[in-house]
Amino acid sequence: MIRFDAVSKHYPDGTKAVNELTFEAPTGQITVLVGPSGCGKTTSLRMINRMIEPTGGRIWIDDQDTASMDETELRRGIGYVIQHAGLFPHRTIVANIATVPRLLGWSKRKAEARALELLERVGLPAGFARRYPAQLSGGEQQRVGVARALAADPPVMLMDEPFSAVDPVVREQLQDEFLRLQSDLGKTIVFVTHDIDEAIKLGDRVAVLRAGGHLAQLADPAYLLAHPVDDFVADFVGKDRGYRALSFQASRHYSLTREATVPLGATAAQATAAARGGWILVTDDSLHPLGWIQPERITATIQPEMLQRGGTVATVGGSLRNVLDAALSSPSRRGVIVDNQGALLGTIRAHEVLVEIEERARPELQLEDAAEEAPS
Amino acid sequence: MTWLRDHIGEVLGLTVQHTYLAGVPLILGLLIALPLGWLARRYKGLYLLLIVGTGLLYTIPSLALFIILPFLLGTEILNPINVVIAMTIYTVALLVRTVADGLGSVPDVVSQSATAMGYRRGRRLISVELPLAVPVISAGLRVAAVSNVSIVSVAALIGVQQLGSLFTDGFDRDFMEPIIVGVIACVLLALAFDGAILGLTRLATPWQHAGKPAS
Repeated sequence: MIRFDAVSKHYPDGTKAVNELTFEAPTGQITVLVGPSGCGKTTSLRMINRMIEPTGGRIWIDDQDTASMDETELRRGIGYVIQHAGLFPHRTIVANIATVPRLLGWSKRKAEARALELLERVGLPAGFARRYPAQLSGGEQQRVGVARALAADPPVMLMDEPFSAVDPVVREQLQDEFLRLQSDLGKTIVFVTHDIDEAIKLGDRVAVLRAGGHLAQLADPAYLLAHPVDDFVADFVGKDRGYRALSFQASRHYSLTREATVPLGATAAQATAAARGGWILVTDDSLHPLGWIQPERITATIQPEMLQRGGTVATVGGSLRNVLDAALSSPSRRGVIVDNQGALLGTIRAHEVLVEIEERARPELQLEDAAEEAPS
Repeated sequence: MTWLRDHIGEVLGLTVQHTYLAGVPLILGLLIALPLGWLARRYKGLYLLLIVGTGLLYTIPSLALFIILPFLLGTEILNPINVVIAMTIYTVALLVRTVADGLGSVPDVVSQSATAMGYRRGRRLISVELPLAVPVISAGLRVAAVSNVSIVSVAALIGVQQLGSLFTDGFDRDFMEPIIVGVIACVLLALAFDGAILGLTRLATPWQHAGKPAS
């Protein structure tokens, strides 16, 4: 657990970067600090490993006051990932990853073995080990950055906009893999971003900071979307927060409609016989959905290029947002639901999803929170 | 060409002497410029003082320095140590700025991540910042090397033997061949220094030549 106790950072020129910040980042969870530029989120992060010294207050890691620790020892015990990775350009990938173990005095052989293990863990081929950072793409460098931070297996990780500098597709991949990694490792993570979508996707808890380093609200993402504490937080979490909140609700008990299907290569006559509402779903041999087709558009037999692939597919037990999107994006208006292996279970229509949404409870407003936030 | 054939041993001897007088100061100068350049980088107030101060040293005429040094040091005027010290001063003059700029060329994000990994200041300098400053420092070193080869020849005027002695010898006797041989030998020596520094730099910076893998 990391605990901020009335932490401030005031500069001699009077700038207040962080002001009396108090919060806890629980053990084994991702706490995201999010806010507009100038809200002191990066300053707060860097005060944890004392890259920046606070001018007031205390920061505790478990029951240790960080100010009482040797700063170098403190840093070696904390993983640190930054934007653009900050890899050492003159060291090979394996040497970059082995940095902290080597600083801690591990033998070269042991440190490299650990580095190779991590290279695989972050999804990079072993062939990258002897390359230099400049020979990797931005996304690959960022994975190496994560591997380097994990090398000495620190209980605490600090991440400063680690995925901001890569393109959106790669960013999403990195985020997904990061969550998968975290579910195995259970590190205590403080993560800084300016992107509220990223905060909501990754955070177990999200701390919204406002300019001048004030904590505006700290809550889990679903609660934050349902009950922003004031206009600033409401604006910051965005206009489509109602829709986005559906990401946090697993869809459980929808009644699926059985859907007749035809395989690729089926004739127009077979498709017409099975079609419902002018559309028929085409699957492969193991019932994985491939796309929708209108029987009258089939010339002779069904070929892959004839299929309409615009519809998304939701996995059973996935979020209501995915299920609703599957229905909304489906050309036939019937959302395709698959099991965990990707095989078709049935379809659902948008109004049926809406019924389920309306039956679901929103996160309860917590009154003590509201009282605490009221002006005194 | 007959002159060269008859005096090849002498020319080689002068070349060795010239290499020594230009090369040793290059190494000494670099060793002195490293901490000075680091100080200039580390303390903003010192930067201007050190850069301007050492830069001014370069404006002292070499002949004057060769003659003044024996008085200051109490050495014999013909002692080659005077030339070594003078050339070291010129090398320092050229390299302090280079070292400071080289350390400044290390990206902030790299130094910061080194600090965040748990490098202490000294170790960060040795194992992260200096290696990354090598390309810039090497560029300055190449200039200093060529400049040294050229300035050392002036020492012939005070009687210290090296390739420059071929010029004075040729002028005294109004005889072109030693002069031409001296010029060519100086150019070749400068090229050799340049090549050696380039080669060493390449060895020290494998990451600069790794290229993009086809992927």
